[in-house]
Amino acid sequence: MPELFWEHIDEVAAVILFCIGFTTLLLNRNMIKKIIGFSMMDSAVFLFLASYGYIKGRSAPLYIDGRNDPSLYVNPVPASLVLTGIVVSVSVTAIMLALTMRLYRRYRTLDIEEIAEKVREEGK
Amino acid sequence: MEFWQNIPMLLVVFSLMSAAICSVLPGKVARVWLTAATGLACAASAFFLAKMLGFEGDYVYKMGEFGAPYGNELRCGRLEAVVALTFTSVLFLAVLGGAHRISTEVDPQRRPLFCTVSLLLQAALIAMTYTNDMFTGYVFIEITTIAACALICVKSRGRTMFAATRYMIMNLIGSGLFLFGLCMMYCLTGHLLFPQLKEQIALLAARGRYGVPLYTALILMGLGIAIKAGLYPFHTWIPNAYSSATPSAAAMLSSLVSKTYIFLLLKAVWRVFGPETFQPVGDVLFVFSMLGIVMGSVEAIFEHNVRRMVAWSSVAQIGYIFMALSLCTREGAAAAVFHIAAHSCAKSTLFLSAGRLVEVSGGKSDFRDLRGAGLRAPLAGAAFSVGAMSIVGIPVLGGFASKVFLVEAALQLSKWKCILMLAVLAVSVVLNVAYFLRTVLTLYRDPIASEAAAAKAPRAGAAFCVSMSALIGLSVALGVCGGTVMNWIRAGAALL
Repeated sequence: MPELFWEHIDEVAAVILFCIGFTTLLLNRNMIKKIIGFSMMDSAVFLFLASYGYIKGRSAPLYIDGRNDPSLYVNPVPASLVLTGIVVSVSVTAIMLALTMRLYRRYRTLDIEEIAEKVREEGK
Repeated sequence: MEFWQNIPMLLVVFSLMSAAICSVLPGKVARVWLTAATGLACAASAFFLAKMLGFEGDYVYKMGEFGAPYGNELRCGRLEAVVALTFTSVLFLAVLGGAHRISTEVDPQRRPLFCTVSLLLQAALIAMTYTNDMFTGYVFIEITTIAACALICVKSRGRTMFAATRYMIMNLIGSGLFLFGLCMMYCLTGHLLFPQLKEQIALLAARGRYGVPLYTALILMGLGIAIKAGLYPFHTWIPNAYSSATPSAAAMLSSLVSKTYIFLLLKAVWRVFGPETFQPVGDVLFVFSMLGIVMGSVEAIFEHNVRRMVAWSSVAQIGYIFMALSLCTREGAAAAVFHIAAHSCAKSTLFLSAGRLVEVSGGKSDFRDLRGAGLRAPLAGAAFSVGAMSIVGIPVLGGFASKVFLVEAALQLSKWKCILMLAVLAVSVVLNVAYFLRTVLTLYRDPIASEAAAAKAPRAGAAFCVSMSALIGLSVALGVCGGTVMNWIRAGAALL
């Protein structure tokens, strides 16, 4: 069991980070911390994928110097998934930050419970 | 390959490019472009469905002719064609029907952006309907989420921005879980395209290897989609988001955004996980969906704000679709798709007409203030009544046909599950009648609100009338020709 644990330390770390990010996004009241939690959650997934796609001693599949032996290269798909994921994650973070800015300008607080309270008062 | 087989791909590309173009056009031109582009997509989808009905089976469209495992594919069959036509036509009618409210509720400099996000949503809807690749599905899930969030907060009030934030938080949790499940599945199988994934998962399941990671991935993906679609215990963001957005956006969110996630899950269940492997997760979803059907209707009964009431009814209707999907039978899958179509038409009718009814009642949205609103705005009143009757399940309307198909799917189940499902359906009809009947009756009671309120409300215009009449027509058509449409869907579901 311990060998298995150390062998997959990257995945273990990714899952722990994912859980930390997930709980922060779900439970923290501060909007900025929520966004940090979200970024962490996504980064954990990318760590998971990147460590899966990494094989020691192999390089990115760039065809140079006539090295056409496939055993020298890693599979490029996980890396490209990470890249796509980063693009998605960045755009979602941007839209969340924009929303938070607008909420802050209006209600002068980052606490989501306080914002909820103020929205309720406004509706009365 | 013939030219018409390119239509799905061309529609996605066209919608994405139109979205980009709309962002730089002046407001009026952008709106014309939006109407034209959604109308064109609707017409093209109808043409594609007509061609598909004459085509044996389905076909796989390889993007740029790159094969697996590096290529990206679309898979086009009758099922996808029916769903795409539903989505594009409802989107078109929602855009038409809410146009007059956009000009009163949205700041002038934001109007082109509304067109941009609507077209982005259209691209995502079509792509998710046809995609044959899990990761493409994920990317378009996120595009849908962003577009939906922008659609909610296009009306810049404090309440809508708060609703959009809550919406985003729940949706980010959902897509985070989905992405993690997807990555685990990729690590287990090494594939992202549906057919290859299915092959590998069937092998894993047959050999009984990696059971825990496989089921973890299944649960994460199922849970992620359930959160994003707003299945019962995860529905908390629905009432605020749907009731505070502009009517057009509310119609799109309730009848398109949540449905497209469910359709992706449905395809994944059949084309990737395999119904037998998914069954344990399906059983959990079955319990949630039954709770949702009852609780959504109960909450709607206690709700007096008419738009929130319609939103709560959405919670119940999402439950219906998940219930049919979680049966993991072909008949259940077909019933789920038919319910997606019937409910999309009815719910967008309800949101658009409720918006108009509130408008002619001096902006008050409590249903008791809507007394006589059906007399002040006859078309909106008629549309609301038709939508409500369709949801309740009155014959000759889409909702009735879909309930018949749900019952047919239930009758194939084992004894207790069948009784349970029929009981829930019966209870929910009674609950639906309770809250929709009182609202419809209120609409036609003697008005108390002064006639001045009606005079102040801006005219709805021809676009609204066309959209309402078309939506009423669609609900009736789905009810009358339900059997024909169901045959197309069954033919498509047989190929799943």
